Amino acid sequence: MASRTSTRSRGDGEKYSVLLPTYNERENLPLIVWLLVKYFGESGYDYEIIVIDDGSPDGTLEVAEQLQKIYGEDKIFLRPRAKKLGLGTAYIHGIKHATGSFIFIMDADLSHHPKFIPEFIEKQKEGDYDLVSGTRYQGDGGVYGWDLRRKLISRGANFVTQVLLRPGASDLTGSFRLYKRKVLEGLIERCVSKGYVFQMEMIIRARQLDYSIGEVPISFVDRVYGESKLGGNEIVSFLKGLLTLFATT
Amino acid sequence: MNDIADIRHASSIGLTSYLCAKLSWLSKDGLIPVPVVHREISNIMTKLLEWVFGVSVLGAAWAFVTFDILKMSIPRPYREVAWPMPLYLLVSFGCYSLATVGYRVATFNDCDDAAKELQAQIIEAREDLRKKGLKF
Repeated sequence: MASRTSTRSRGDGEKYSVLLPTYNERENLPLIVWLLVKYFGESGYDYEIIVIDDGSPDGTLEVAEQLQKIYGEDKIFLRPRAKKLGLGTAYIHGIKHATGSFIFIMDADLSHHPKFIPEFIEKQKEGDYDLVSGTRYQGDGGVYGWDLRRKLISRGANFVTQVLLRPGASDLTGSFRLYKRKVLEGLIERCVSKGYVFQMEMIIRARQLDYSIGEVPISFVDRVYGESKLGGNEIVSFLKGLLTLFATT
Repeated sequence: MNDIADIRHASSIGLTSYLCAKLSWLSKDGLIPVPVVHREISNIMTKLLEWVFGVSVLGAAWAFVTFDILKMSIPRPYREVAWPMPLYLLVSFGCYSLATVGYRVATFNDCDDAAKELQAQIIEAREDLRKKGLKF
């Protein structure tokens, strides 16, 4: 392990861009940025944080501007959009001005914890993976705040997905991932789904294109500031997305 | 004449294994490496088509054996075993699914420590950011 010098820089020249699509994350954004700065700073890797706000009415952009003043414009970039558009287009919009050769995507609501970032980076280096995916279902991975019903639905849905799609990755709907930049650009071009089915499609297409996929167990802490419910509508749209992928890939 | 009957007999039961054998022959001799064979299949067929193909092949093999379509006088024991196979396989798969999902739900990790750590870090972060001049 390289020792940490006082300038805290790794000489490998790799830069990691973190894409944070946000919508009404005024409470969480400062916290996630603080955690990112903390863990990237400790690890010594070069990074930048790109906040893609979709016109949040709660003033997320204004908080982001304050953070930019605190941490510097070389570390925090703002790429706002006028209104809520899709996740795929948010990534494209964010990548356009990214200067990193690797891209992290993660949720800004604190369900994904930046402490896993050094693990992702090490895993990627270990096998020169094109894609490293955070998994809640293997190893130390897990969740906090889910009742039995939610766990049952989650594992059941994952089982059906594994049987039908045989994706070669244990967690398809997770959105805490590290991509090589070219890989992410290429995959977004090919994907047509929306929402979390989009995340599933990314992995399936990556498989088709023979990209190598590594996995890192992560802990998923559900909704610190609120409750997320999994209702009948979500399940139906998941099944629709799954069957579409089944029939088209 | 017995030889011919035996060969046809064997090949009717081994339809699926014949196909698998053919594919592995291609890859074993290094003519076409296995990942390439697999990629070629997945580039040609969607998962749906793979399933349709697989089910058709197995279904055809089952029908040939059970209903003695080619009139090859398959011995009774074979036919009696083959006849309920689809149902057996379906039930077995159902049991396997229930057991697997049940096991996975039971061993789903609860990250209580992670939640506590996060709460503590949130307090620390808010304090630090306030010092740095952030107006919440």
